[in-house]
Amino acid sequence: MKQKFNIIKSTCVPLPLENVDTDQIIPARFLKATTRDERYFGENLFRDWRYRADGTPDPGFVLNDPRYSGEILLAGRNFGSGSSREHAAWAIAGYGFKVVISSFFADIHKNNELNNFVLPVVVDEAFLQELFNTVKADPSARVRVDVPNQTVTNLTTDHSVWFELNAYKKYCLMNALDDIDYLLEQRPKIEAYERENA
Amino acid sequence: MNTLFDKIWDAHVVQHVEDGPDQLYVDRLYCHEVTSPQAFDGLRARGIRCFRPEKIVCMPDHNTPTHDQDMPIEDPVSRKQVETLAANAAEFGLTHYGMMDPRNGIIHVVGPERGLSLPGMTIVCGDSHTSTHGAVGAVAFGIGTSEVEMVMASQCILQPKPQSMRIRIEGKLGPGVKAKDMALYLMQQLTTSGATGYFVEYAGSAVRSLSMEGRLTLCNLSIEMGARGGFIAPDEVTFAYLKDKEFAPKGKEWERAVAWWRTLRSGDDAVFDRELAFDAADIAPMITYGTNPGMAMPIDGTIPADAAEKSLQYMGFQAGEKLLGKPVDYVFLGACTNGRIEDFRAFASLVKGRRKAPGLVAWLVPGSWEVQRRIESEGLDKILHEAGFAIRQPGCSACLGMNDDKVPAGKYCLSTSNRNFEGRQGPGARTLLASPLTVAAAAVTGVITDPRTI
Repeated sequence: MKQKFNIIKSTCVPLPLENVDTDQIIPARFLKATTRDERYFGENLFRDWRYRADGTPDPGFVLNDPRYSGEILLAGRNFGSGSSREHAAWAIAGYGFKVVISSFFADIHKNNELNNFVLPVVVDEAFLQELFNTVKADPSARVRVDVPNQTVTNLTTDHSVWFELNAYKKYCLMNALDDIDYLLEQRPKIEAYERENA
Repeated sequence: MNTLFDKIWDAHVVQHVEDGPDQLYVDRLYCHEVTSPQAFDGLRARGIRCFRPEKIVCMPDHNTPTHDQDMPIEDPVSRKQVETLAANAAEFGLTHYGMMDPRNGIIHVVGPERGLSLPGMTIVCGDSHTSTHGAVGAVAFGIGTSEVEMVMASQCILQPKPQSMRIRIEGKLGPGVKAKDMALYLMQQLTTSGATGYFVEYAGSAVRSLSMEGRLTLCNLSIEMGARGGFIAPDEVTFAYLKDKEFAPKGKEWERAVAWWRTLRSGDDAVFDRELAFDAADIAPMITYGTNPGMAMPIDGTIPADAAEKSLQYMGFQAGEKLLGKPVDYVFLGACTNGRIEDFRAFASLVKGRRKAPGLVAWLVPGSWEVQRRIESEGLDKILHEAGFAIRQPGCSACLGMNDDKVPAGKYCLSTSNRNFEGRQGPGARTLLASPLTVAAAAVTGVITDPRTI
């Protein structure tokens, strides 16, 4: 959903697993929808880890742990590998996450998050572990993500790090603009390119 | 610098967005039914049409059943998605190969076999295995649905330019070693994130020695190392494969095209961001034991001691175990990875004169109707039937179980597909990835078997 990003302060939901693939984020059987109903996808986020085979919530999974909630998902290395399904980003957004912090994202999924106004924040492994430790020790601990200054701060330790975000995407996120808005304005340039390369 | 990737990419840059990505012109957009409906909705919401409809080709493949395709799809949700693609293609004036169309099949099998994917092109699709088309010498990569909408709206995509990597595999492949084994070997070496951020050029004598089908398999699996895409510079093998294909240039235009395609190679002075080299002799028939494709080993190997416990628990395996001799419940030959004629030839060559193992369920699914026609014209269907195997109708099938072809919870499936993720072939299903030859060996013995011993 298009929304303006600025500063987000929130508690975090920790998922300290590596190589979480998009089949786990949203299994293929939920891809049959022909609409972009984020709530539907959000309800089925991490479906097969979140619910047991009989449909009851698995109390061992973090989304079912009442101690944890918030707009920030803390994820292990290589988050979002595998399928290009944007439904994974819709599910994350639909559940209510605005930011995913990890030490490494798969390329396609990272683009999909950005295109859906979910901010992927890449931090080094040590800082990610610090965040996991802080949140484990105190589920009410909050983290501050400052988009204008491109910093993420562990408000428990006041430890702050800078994160990468290209200026174009930052402008889009802060002004709720998407790539299609931009590209539609570029049609004369596209037509000129076509003429030159015909 | 001066890599083939640079040449193709840079020739397609309409402009560089200041402090941002490149605006890249797209020569071909493929659409399937799963990742396109919301993009068409987006166009309708904005009140716009496709900018260059003639560059877009649509076909259903994920939901298509592998039997009775002349009947309406039983699952109403699948049926609606397939019908939605047909309706959208009609509304927006796009080419559409529907179910039962003789050109229908898995999009990544159909594109190259119809000559819709050509050297030097930029090709995208809302599907991570779009990297497959790199085998013809194109820059091809998977994208999300918002990006599909972007391309529909402008024939362009905003994309940061990936880094370049060259992987050379030199030497001769051993007996029983297929392109699939090369790819699984690379994933084992690099892990599933080892090539993230990179576009890979495959080179070296072992890569050159591959047929086009083998090259398509190798490039298909680029994404499983995390790569944005993978490709092979076009050569005589490529030209021979593409000649006379339906949408390949003809006559004088063909001559002109081939002359240009011959220039599509990395310069001798090319500088890659990363270079890796492997010896083909080190590659054995491979198999996966875990829940990502990087968890692979030689078929006669033992599961490493440091394998992720959560994965092994899901698979029902233990570190230090061998997989040889373990029973298999299902086998699957097919998918955009291994659903081509050469894969059926390999499978048939091994099962010829033998019988399908009792109790084993075998799904043999051609990648397209064209593959099915080749199977029949080469008489492979007779060999397979005599050995007790039935051939199903084309589609993605059990690769991700969006149709009825799902592996039940707890069952083992030795599969030629591309992903062994938890639940990929059905909730609780346990997938082991291998080549068509290795899958054929298990199909006749009922247990995991080294194909070199048959």
